[in-house]
Amino acid sequence: MVAQRLVEALRARDDAGTWHVDVFAEEPRLPYDRVQLTKYFEARDADDLALGDRSLWADPLVTLHRDVKVEAIDREARTVTDRLGRTHPYDELVLATGSYAAVPPIPGTDLPGVFVYRTIDDVAALRGWVEQKRAANPARPVRGAVIGGGLLGLEAAGALKALGAHATVIQFGSHLMDVQTDLGGGQALARLINAQGIGVRCSSATQVMRPHRRTGHVGRLEFADGGRLDVDVVVLATGVRPRDELARAAGLEVAPRGGAVVDLACRTADEHVHAIGEVAAVEGVCYGLVAPGYAMAEVVVDRLLGGQATFPGADTATKLKLNGVDVASFGDAHARSEGSVEVVWADPVAGVYKKLVLSDDARTLLGGVFVGDATPYASLRPMLGATLPGDPSAYLLPEGAGAAPQLELPDDAAVCSCNNVSAGTIREAVTQHGCTDLAGVKACTRAGTTCGSCLPLVKKIATAELEKAGITVSKALCEHFALSRAGLFEAVRVAGLHTFSEILDRFGQGGRGCDICRPVIGSILASLGNGHVLAGEQATLQDTNDHVLANMQKDGTYSVVPRMPGGEVTPEGLIVIGEIARDFGLYTKITGGQRVDMFGARIEQLPLIWKRLVDAGFESGHAYGKSLRTVKSCVGSTWCRYGVQDSVGMAVRLELRYRGLRSPHKLKLGVSGCARECAEARGKDVGVIATEKGWNLYVGGNGGFSPKHARLLAEDLTDDELVRTIDRFLLYYVRTADRLQRSAAWLDDVEGGLDGVRAVVLEDSLGIGADLDAAMAEHVAGYEDEWKAVLDDPEKLARFSSFVNAPTTPDPDLAYVPERGQKRPATPAERGVLVAGPVLTVREPQPEEAR
Amino acid sequence: MSTTLAGLTPVCRLADLAAERGAAALVDLPDGTQVQVAVFRLHDDEVLAVQQLDPYSGANVMSRGLVGTRGGEPTVAGPVYKQVFALRTGACLDAAGYAPVEGHDGDLVAYPVAVADGVVHVGPPARP
Ligand SMILES: Cc1cc2nc3c(=O)[nH]c(=O)nc-3n(C[C@H](O)[C@H](O)[C@H](O)COP(=O)(O)OP(=O)(O)OC[C@H]3O[C@@H](n4cnc5c(N)ncnc54)[C@H](O)[C@@H]3O)c2cc1C
Ligand code: SF4
Repeated sequence: MVAQRLVEALRARDDAGTWHVDVFAEEPRLPYDRVQLTKYFEARDADDLALGDRSLWADPLVTLHRDVKVEAIDREARTVTDRLGRTHPYDELVLATGSYAAVPPIPGTDLPGVFVYRTIDDVAALRGWVEQKRAANPARPVRGAVIGGGLLGLEAAGALKALGAHATVIQFGSHLMDVQTDLGGGQALARLINAQGIGVRCSSATQVMRPHRRTGHVGRLEFADGGRLDVDVVVLATGVRPRDELARAAGLEVAPRGGAVVDLACRTADEHVHAIGEVAAVEGVCYGLVAPGYAMAEVVVDRLLGGQATFPGADTATKLKLNGVDVASFGDAHARSEGSVEVVWADPVAGVYKKLVLSDDARTLLGGVFVGDATPYASLRPMLGATLPGDPSAYLLPEGAGAAPQLELPDDAAVCSCNNVSAGTIREAVTQHGCTDLAGVKACTRAGTTCGSCLPLVKKIATAELEKAGITVSKALCEHFALSRAGLFEAVRVAGLHTFSEILDRFGQGGRGCDICRPVIGSILASLGNGHVLAGEQATLQDTNDHVLANMQKDGTYSVVPRMPGGEVTPEGLIVIGEIARDFGLYTKITGGQRVDMFGARIEQLPLIWKRLVDAGFESGHAYGKSLRTVKSCVGSTWCRYGVQDSVGMAVRLELRYRGLRSPHKLKLGVSGCARECAEARGKDVGVIATEKGWNLYVGGNGGFSPKHARLLAEDLTDDELVRTIDRFLLYYVRTADRLQRSAAWLDDVEGGLDGVRAVVLEDSLGIGADLDAAMAEHVAGYEDEWKAVLDDPEKLARFSSFVNAPTTPDPDLAYVPERGQKRPATPAERGVLVAGPVLTVREPQPEEAR
Repeated sequence: MSTTLAGLTPVCRLADLAAERGAAALVDLPDGTQVQVAVFRLHDDEVLAVQQLDPYSGANVMSRGLVGTRGGEPTVAGPVYKQVFALRTGACLDAAGYAPVEGHDGDLVAYPVAVADGVVHVGPPARP
């Protein structure tokens, strides 16, 4: 991780291009975010953990050697030798080899089924093992134990639980997270951990791990007090040991407890060799957190560029990243400072323990521990060493019980410790760099992009700064409406308005709307069930494509896409489509959404084409709308030997349910029949992946410009639970998202993020569940095929003429050339040739087309 | 085709046009040429016409753009790349970051329109 930061910082600062960097990585992948390793269980995709911008590795001044471990350093010759025996020269060498997971001296740690927790490969192996154990004995849950009750151990226990295994944390010390919290905090934490269904054994020394009699896999733990625990899998989380073997072998000094000894410039005794990150022992001290490592990387970069930076010391504040368990500590959590006093708030019923450590006059903040409610952490941590205004206990009271004094953070207070971003830098992002929202500030400063625990504070500071600068971030839709899309949606819904003119009269600012607000209102009216999108005045609101229910292509002709729910189509259906495409001379292509697209249809041909499609039983595929596009599926349990659920059946059910649903942006769904994920469902707004017990539901994925993988919303749902959860998710999105905001961006924006959405759709925290359910029922009942309705209505049909005074005359400027057996629009150059005469063989429409 | 209303050509009935949308028309000009014109009927039944060719895509599609107003002036949005044009003058008000296709001007040609006895007439553009 720290090496990546070094390269990134060097490339950002070394304008002259003085340095060329070779990065040797033992692991076979791009540098990734180890801090988020546990997310790999959720994401199952190493790419999700990639650090920083990939383009860094394409920089000509950077060479990444993946899967190339360095075996030796020759300090005399200034070369390193890699595992393939090749030598590489260097001017300056930086060691950033991190740590090994420490393996405690307990007999049995070499048994199959005992894992460490450090790399993606470790995590993938652990997952494979748990799945294999489950398959071998589906009747009972897989039993797991984690040795070590620190930050890492608790995360690993959470991961085991997420994998569906039982987990027990074995802690040698008297309480959990004993480095960071005191006994009171540790006990409160144990209650919270228990409430998560994770067992805890404190003051337990594991003496031996015994193999299972039959399998030889790890089977039982025996403790010093005579206790035993049967297990199928064990994770060791007893700390880390710096990987200083290269330094050692090169004759460099290592600290008594390991780590290459460096000075405050991160330099070893050899002036050309530096060490940063977990492998570095700065003045003899190693740091097992990422923030100090990043600081060291910046120091070395500065020195490489001729600067004089020194390691500023480390912020060792920590926050546990375990869903549902809020723990954080910073500073002198154990109140070891001379004369320090503690202020404690404990509520054992609610499982809350909060403590502040203050100087003897109870004014200066020295540290704190928060268990069960870490909300004060984000704003108090940067105040470390500063004077706290007001009564300290006010900061610990539950929210609402008495207002904590407003903290105005000094500019130099570190807000994001992972990336060392100060409050001042965040303020500057707003005042100097013109950022107007959280996403902008994150991108500009990198604050909150590593562990994310400071995000609430970043948002608060940025918002305050925006307000101060008098920048009201306008959510107004356009010059015609001062409301945001979400505001307008609510206004229209509550006021019960049904036409554009009514809405304009009631909420408009003058004028007749525009290409921005009209489609938004068209979409809102459609989402609220106001009949056909081309009925009456609604027709004037529809974007070019919606207005003719087809997708305009670059030459002004259209593409036609009939719905094929779940990507399923009969041979007869395919034949009809083939015949239509042939008769109208359409170019055909299979779309990414598992259906057929026919290109090159002229506006006046659309009704004729659709008449034949509708007669053959097809309906609109809404490829033109900001609405449900497709539900992509794999073949699932009906045909696939791996499938565990009927993914096609579910996809068809979902597609038929949500077809025609208008939304702020297009919506794509996917359903896979097992964890192999052949339908690529996690690239969709709503992705469904079959499990042995039902369905896992992922939300907020998309492809496009900035691809995002969908994130897990709920697990092991039954068919009906799944449908209801998606119903609510979709409608909550439809009601509250901004114009043209895909679900991924909406999830970042919406109150409470993914957790907030989970609370709304699964726990009905806003009390709107019944309303959403009813609205979806109305949508389903009110569905009609838009194309069939057009064909049945002469007035709507009239829109499909090429010229108002020559309704069936084709646009004389259209020209095509053949390519790979089909037609395509002629390029401007080819048009020149066309005018000169050659006749192109593009099949003319059938006589029946004339009307 | 007869030429009435001082050099304007009758194109269609007002009733053939949907309010706040456009329609394409083939218009024979007095000089014998035929042009594609996009005709728009506004909220208050005023009718305006511009060239049908979208200079930013090179396709004959202007009639299919969304009608609206900017600062009270009637506008149409380019259907392909979303430029905004003033309907009265044809001037491009917002190029949306695009440049016109080679050989085309970024503004539209506006055509004079008259409505008489419920019939819409379009004439040749005023020469600059
Ligand atoms: C599950 C987990 C959760 C964590 N959570 C947090 C947290 O919330 N907050 C926090 O601050 N920290 C956390 N950490 C710690 C944090 O990940 C580390 O402090 C950080 O990764 C250290 O960065 P590094 O670059 O020094 O080492 P690493 O990230 O380990 O990188 C060292 C790399 O060097 C490679 N390497 C080693 N030797 C060689 C060689 N001879 N040749 C080539 N390559 C070599 C290794 O394979 C490795 O990829 C967590 C760690 C884990 C495992
Ligand atoms: S996701 Fe699973 S069920 Fe679906 S096709 Fe792939 S392997 Fe088969």
